[in-house]
Amino acid sequence: MVRKSAERIYLFLIFLFLYLPIVVLIVLSFNNSKSKVHWGGFTLNWYKRLFSSSSIMEAFYTTIFITLASALIATLLGTLAALGIDAMKKRGQAVMLGATNIPLLNADIVTGISMMLLFVRFTRLGMNTVLIAHITFNIPYVILNVLPKLKQSSRTTYEAALDLGATPLYAFSKIIWPQILPGVLSGFLMSMTMSLDDFSVTYFTKGTGINTLSTMIYTEMRKGIRPEMYALSTILFLIALILLLFLNYGKTAHKEPHH
Amino acid sequence: MSKRLIDLQHITKSFDGQMVLDDLNLYIRENEFLTLLGPSGCGKTTTLRIIGGFETPDEGTVIFDGKDITKLAPNERQLNTVFQKYALFPHMSIAENIAFGLKIRKKSKAYIEDKIKYALKLVNLDGFEKRSINSLSGGQQQRIAIARAIVNEPKVLLLDEPLGALDLKLRQDMQYELIRLKNELGITFVYVTHDQEEALTMSDTIVVMNQGYIQQVGTPQDIYNEPINAFVADFIGESNIINGTMIEDRLVKILDVKFPCVDEGFGTNTPVDVVIRPEDVVLVSPEQGMLEGDVTSLIFKGVHWEIEVLANGYEWLVQTTQMHPVGSHVGILVDPFNIQIMNKPESNDEKAVESDA
Amino acid sequence: MRNLKRQLLAGPYLIWMIGFILLPVAVILYYAFTTTSGSFTFLNVSSITFSVHLKALLLSLKLALICTIICLILSYPLAMILNGMKTKSQGFVVFIFILPMWMNFMLRILAWKMLLSNNGVINSLLGTLGLPKLDILNTPTAVVFCMVYDFLPFMILPIYNAMARIQADTIEAARDLGAGTITIFFKIILPLTMSGVVSGIIMVFVPALTSFAVSDLLGGGKVLLIGNVIEQAFMQEYNWNLGSGLSFVLMIFVIVSMALMNSRGDEGGTGVW
Repeated sequence: MVRKSAERIYLFLIFLFLYLPIVVLIVLSFNNSKSKVHWGGFTLNWYKRLFSSSSIMEAFYTTIFITLASALIATLLGTLAALGIDAMKKRGQAVMLGATNIPLLNADIVTGISMMLLFVRFTRLGMNTVLIAHITFNIPYVILNVLPKLKQSSRTTYEAALDLGATPLYAFSKIIWPQILPGVLSGFLMSMTMSLDDFSVTYFTKGTGINTLSTMIYTEMRKGIRPEMYALSTILFLIALILLLFLNYGKTAHKEPHH
Repeated sequence: MSKRLIDLQHITKSFDGQMVLDDLNLYIRENEFLTLLGPSGCGKTTTLRIIGGFETPDEGTVIFDGKDITKLAPNERQLNTVFQKYALFPHMSIAENIAFGLKIRKKSKAYIEDKIKYALKLVNLDGFEKRSINSLSGGQQQRIAIARAIVNEPKVLLLDEPLGALDLKLRQDMQYELIRLKNELGITFVYVTHDQEEALTMSDTIVVMNQGYIQQVGTPQDIYNEPINAFVADFIGESNIINGTMIEDRLVKILDVKFPCVDEGFGTNTPVDVVIRPEDVVLVSPEQGMLEGDVTSLIFKGVHWEIEVLANGYEWLVQTTQMHPVGSHVGILVDPFNIQIMNKPESNDEKAVESDA
Repeated sequence: MRNLKRQLLAGPYLIWMIGFILLPVAVILYYAFTTTSGSFTFLNVSSITFSVHLKALLLSLKLALICTIICLILSYPLAMILNGMKTKSQGFVVFIFILPMWMNFMLRILAWKMLLSNNGVINSLLGTLGLPKLDILNTPTAVVFCMVYDFLPFMILPIYNAMARIQADTIEAARDLGAGTITIFFKIILPLTMSGVVSGIIMVFVPALTSFAVSDLLGGGKVLLIGNVIEQAFMQEYNWNLGSGLSFVLMIFVIVSMALMNSRGDEGGTGVW
């Protein structure tokens, strides 16, 4: 009994630690006062200001574009790569996967810097370089999600389809694709969250012209905190919540038959 | 007769309002090989877990060697369990697995080493000390699980469907191994299974359970030859279970034909269940039989033929060494000694038992 | 033949990999070992021994270590409690504890900056209780606080995953063989969750060691970590050779600490997903 309540209290304290800052941010986003402490009545003013600020909205659109585009391209390249790697011999696989691990193992700051050093030799930093950088650190997540699914799907089912007269393309779309689809999807979603969350790599590869939300908040915060940021936080928190609910729902839907 | 080692008295247990055991009473004698036999959900595993201490009964007492151990934790009981899926410790070597219980009892290093050697020899895996768990086959893992339990010299070994995950051939080999082990160790085995063949092969005593009740307790011969009700008859091997009417002592009417039998004391014109084992049905020429029928199916089973005969509206299951082709007209004969008469169930609980069968 | 054709599917990625994974590493190595005029030198790398750099590196190691230990101490009991819950509610509760992980990294820093600021919520709360103000903004304490907040879910999840994989009958078998609660914890649960602990430590220690944003925003320029030194070398001093040299040192530190951890843990398989 004592133990149970001690456990409850512990859970609650950690919960408080994790969520208190978020709750305060959300509350302040509706606070009709610039104070961080006093409640000046309910307002949507900060949201209005948020949506009328061209720099914030521009950063928002850039973020959405980079996130979606990098996740899509990474998913395409990564899935193809996984299919190719799966067909390779052990040695080839080891080399490919070893190189794939580099962006995962390297510190973000080193990844960002090394790419910046390469880019400035050939081109100006901007949207393109950020996009390339994001695709690069997203591909490994796609490969690592798709490859296990490929390994699980047995080669014999594919060969059975060929044996029954299917063309390789038909056999792929009917046999292999359905089996790896969950991996492709989670690779895509994971890429999106990684891209959305990234600061360091973007910071070094973006140049001066553009901002994603992460780098914009960083620049803003060095100057001080504007209440519009609270409104932005609330919106981004909701987006994260929805994304993760979506991800989790997908996962439990897969597990359901076992229970 | 040796003394009672474990005594379960009025054990009741339910999970989430679902009654699993209802006023169960059972005693286990020293050096006995006792098997709890029944379909899944009959309460056999729960009974074993109560003996092992992994579940506490809602009501009732567990007596072990004269002492009440109902509330004792598993680690304080003088018995050990062999788990269904082996439950070996994956991060330890085989020797470490076997030594686990001995180290807790603070045995000397030399003693532990001796014991490991002895136990591995006993389960025919000498020299496997250093191997990892993952390098073993299912059957070998099960032997290690047994070795790990018996080095602690428990008075009772509890086995929860230990052969369930093994293939048929291995299962049969392990049955003989277990009998040998029990004889060498001279301790009590409590064995849980849903496999009637396992139960008949190994046990001194079989406890047939269904839906939380004990149906019958007896030697394998008792259980097989004189099942107490239709459930037991059906669960222990295949049977013809037919509705009948006891006309008078030593005469029963089945499918409108009067059969002489040896049972008495059921009264007159009483509805009863009649059990006839398939190997006790004799196929003869039509004119010699007590009733006639047609062969509807014929399957070769190696040692015998399994034949189905449709006679007077009932599909008789017959096992015989003589072939009768499908479509042939045959007669059916049953020796009075091989007709087993049983009372129809009276209470609702017993009916539930019957419908389940 | 067909196999070879399928291998070609990895072609685009192979080109991408060479261009954007291997080449950048080569470039950073080139800068790290050359002077501005292009001649070979060890100076950029060995400049880590300069007292400013060394101090920053040691402070980074210290803060990352403290952060990792706090995360571990907080997470292990939490994972045990979560694992002990009824399966029905478990999924949802675990979801709640990893949700903050998916909120933008910058926003999590923003939240703490706001809470800890001089006229922020925490201080006004302390004020109304009549307690002295907590002046930790712009100190290493604030940086560690925020890092723990940022990285805690990365520790919780792998440990919880490892714990959830332990079969119930493994624990029962140990109890059956006479093990009490303490023995079960040290002989069974702890060794079997070690792989999760190792993944958790790597997932917290590496970003904590290499971060520059947290210390920049919550340290107020007073907490100089190795990440800040590198960032400044690139963005303020435009000394790319020095920055690359120090990045190389950081890379080595990351690789060594990971290799050290991995040699202790078993085979992994306890990722975030």
